[in-house]
Amino acid sequence: MVDSGADLASRTLPLAGAHGGSSVVLLEPAGPAERISLRARAEDVAALSNAIGLDLPVRPKTSASGNGRTALWLGPDEWLVIGEAGLVQAAASSGALHSATDVSHRNTAILVSGPGAAAAINSGCPLDLSLAAFPVAACTRTLLGKVEIVLLRTAEDAFRVEVWRSFSGYAFGLLGEGARDAALNPEPL
Amino acid sequence: MLLIHCPYCEEDRSELEFRWAGEAHIARPENISAITDEEFAEYFFLRNNEKGLTYERWRHIHGCGRFFNAARDTVSDRFLMTYKAGLARQPVPTAEEAAAIIEDKTVETWEAVEGDAR
Repeated sequence: MVDSGADLASRTLPLAGAHGGSSVVLLEPAGPAERISLRARAEDVAALSNAIGLDLPVRPKTSASGNGRTALWLGPDEWLVIGEAGLVQAAASSGALHSATDVSHRNTAILVSGPGAAAAINSGCPLDLSLAAFPVAACTRTLLGKVEIVLLRTAEDAFRVEVWRSFSGYAFGLLGEGARDAALNPEPL
Repeated sequence: MLLIHCPYCEEDRSELEFRWAGEAHIARPENISAITDEEFAEYFFLRNNEKGLTYERWRHIHGCGRFFNAARDTVSDRFLMTYKAGLARQPVPTAEEAAAIIEDKTVETWEAVEGDAR
């Protein structure tokens, strides 16, 4: 039988093999992850927190991590939960009324790190990324140039940029330009 | 850049993240099938389009995604205040409070630079 080649097809990440940055910023595609868009009412948050294994944040611009999972506050009844596996099942086991949509393959993520990370992101994002206004573990949905992103600060000089997969090339390119600008005009320390 | 206070995110965010969503505080008629065509047109199509103070709905679409209400001066494009959706029409800040807002947040508009266009 002639080999159709179909069995050779393999899944690749949207940014597989991409690399970029400058002397002050490192850009890397994040590994695959499971993600859910979680919507629930305030009275169901406690049950869902128990089921997922972390306290869903209820304050604006905050995130919570635990059990290998991270929950990002996006709105008063909306979270993005990032983890390894079983998020939808975990949410379902809570028994509480909620909506959990698997968006694992809708999004991909770019890890931005280095002393110029905030400057690189600010090249296309109007948020105040100073540590006072956007501390470690702060997160929000916002804009990067023309595309919507979810930004999470993972360390003082490291961010995770969640972006829709079809926009990831644009986001990676724009961050690359920002990284180069950040190297040309280093911020005073 | 114009900054708009989102009552849900509880902070000032860039206008780029927001989208205008029409006039605020328009109540749907209780029994919409019973009203006349003229009343329906008034409810559905006709808007005041006031010059000066207006109450509008805005949406923080690239942030928390919520709709909220704002009192805005359409001449100076100055946001006098914002408040959560579902609340009744809020009183506009007094002249002194508005002056404090203006002093607090310098907004560079044509009117501020060139004089009152009204």
